[in-house]
Parts: sequence; structure tokens; C-alpha cells
Amino acid sequence: MIHWVLFVEFFKIGLFAIGGGPATIPFLFDLTKHYDWFSAEELANMVAVSQSTPGPVGINMATYAGFQAGGILGGCISTFSLVLPSLIIVVWVSKALRRCANNPILHEVMFTIRPVVVVLIGLACWELFKISVSNYYTAMVWVALCIMIYFYKKSPIFYIILSALLGIVLKL
Amino acid sequence: MLEYLKIFIMFARIGLFTFGGGLAMFPMFKKELVEKGGYVTEEDLIDYYSIGQCTPGIIAINVATFTGYRIKRTKGAVVATLGVVFPCLVIIMALAGVLNVFADNEMVNHAFSGVRIGVTALLANEMIGIFKKSVTNKLQLIIMIVAFVLVIGFKISSIVAVMLAGIWAVVSYLRKKK
Repeated sequence: MIHWVLFVEFFKIGLFAIGGGPATIPFLFDLTKHYDWFSAEELANMVAVSQSTPGPVGINMATYAGFQAGGILGGCISTFSLVLPSLIIVVWVSKALRRCANNPILHEVMFTIRPVVVVLIGLACWELFKISVSNYYTAMVWVALCIMIYFYKKSPIFYIILSALLGIVLKL
Repeated sequence: MLEYLKIFIMFARIGLFTFGGGLAMFPMFKKELVEKGGYVTEEDLIDYYSIGQCTPGIIAINVATFTGYRIKRTKGAVVATLGVVFPCLVIIMALAGVLNVFADNEMVNHAFSGVRIGVTALLANEMIGIFKKSVTNKLQLIIMIVAFVLVIGFKISSIVAVMLAGIWAVVSYLRKKK
């Protein structure tokens, strides 16, 4: 029974949370009012932890909530039902896009939207910068990493592991 | 079968090294899907981000689903989506019991402070490329500036900004045709 409720609740969140992971957070707080799966404090902690564990925040939250409410099966169900609506919609949109791949209006629209995405990604970059670079010490590490990345085209994985090690060694 | 396993592992690797949310994932997507895999172009990836902004759900997942579909149609989309969430599923459930201990551990915190700086540096480097691919003429430069003013100055949501640009494109196309 609990698993069915999890499926319905997270399917709804997946369907209505437009605009990415952080958009799921108000919906999850709403859940704490109706169910006793986890408390609002636990959820706040989880939001903090999600910032640093790998994976999109929304997915981490769903897995955690489902796991608390219904064990391993609960965690799997809530995660899959969260992504199910977007999976269905994106496959449907992909099919539509493929059908009108040569449509000039579509090209015009994508051409016009691309510069907007530059602003959005730039903004995300700035938000991350504000959280991660808080003093001269961290700013120096940031500049050093930027220079390295610019000149040595290694995999992002290499730089993520390197920066984790730097964080531990330099006590960032 | 082997081909699907390859797709699954590729997307699981992307999911495992995602820190800081969907937009911060761009460097990982580009490395695996554009440079290593050659499945999509960088422009395609930027387009998926813009559509993924307006479709429901988490952006990172939507981009994975889009590229999965491009590689192997519907089955590819399902495998890519499962692949990208798989690491989070395992890690969160493994840590669920000790999350508070984990969050308070000093060494873990130092490591993640470092990772956040690294992710920001990676994304900042990627910005030059994204800009070059997306802003190729004067019109696109003007659109970028207008979007910047609307989003930063007038605090309109990113979904509305993308939608407005789309509507404007359709209207100007229809007027040009007349």
C-alpha cells in the first residue's frame, strides 16, 4: 500500500516540478504535512546533503524520502516514479522533433533560444561560484584550476577527483 | 544487448560525477556524449538544455533522455534515464542511515568544498565554448543581452525567458514569410 502511495505522490511531483531539481523541494515539504515519512527538519538536512552528494538534487531527495518511507523498494519506486512523467514526455517530444527535423520554424526557434540558454548556464555558474568561492584562499584555488583546465584538456572526472583531493589537503 | 550496457554505463558515469545540479553537468555531458561518443553535437546539447528547461522533471534527466533517444530511440531513452539515476539511487540508500554523520564529517566537507570549486571552474571554462556556439551573429547577441536584462534585472523565471524567445522566433518567422 505504502508503495502505491509513493508511486502516486512522486509521479505527481515529477509531472508538476518544471524547472529542475530545486523545483521539487516545495512539493517535498508539502509531503511532510500529509505523511509521517520524514520530518521537515530531516528534509532540510537532506537538501544540504544533496548539494554535496553526486546526482541531481531532486533525484537524491526522492530516493531518500522513498527509502525512509518504504525501504529499498520504496527508494526505487519513488525515484522511478519521479522520472517516469518526464521520460514519457521527453520521448514524445523527441519523436515530434525527429518528425519535423527539417522544419524551418523549428530551426528558427532553436536558433533564437540558444542565446537564452547561455544566460541560464552563466547564471548557474555564478550561483555556484558564490557558494564555493568565499575568500581569497578559495579564489586562488579557483583561478589555479581554471588555468589548468584551460591549458590541459583532461576529463572533467580528473578535475573533480583532483579538486576533492585539493579540498582535503588544503582544508578548504 | 552489449550496446545498451555501454549506454547504461556511460550515463551512470555522468550521474556519478554530477555535483551541483543539472546545469553544472554540462561539462560531463559534453565530454562523454560529444567528444568521446560523438553521438550529438554541442549545439544539440545546448538545444536539449533549452527544451529540458520547459518540459517537466529534472533538467539533467531530461537531457539524458533526449540524448538516449538520439542514440537508440525509445529503448535508448529508457536505458539512459535509468543509467543516470542509478548511482544516486545506490549512494543515497547506502548513506541514508548515516547521512547526518556523513554531513558532519570534516574530511568529507573539505572534499566537497574542493569539488564545488572544481565544478565551478569546469563550468566557467565551458562558458566560452557555449557562448561561441550559441551567439554567432548580431541578432543572437541582442537576444542574449535582452534575456540577461529580463532574467537578472526583472527576475523573470528561466522557463518564461525560453518561452518568450520561442514565441518571438515563431512570430518573426511568420512575418518574414508574408
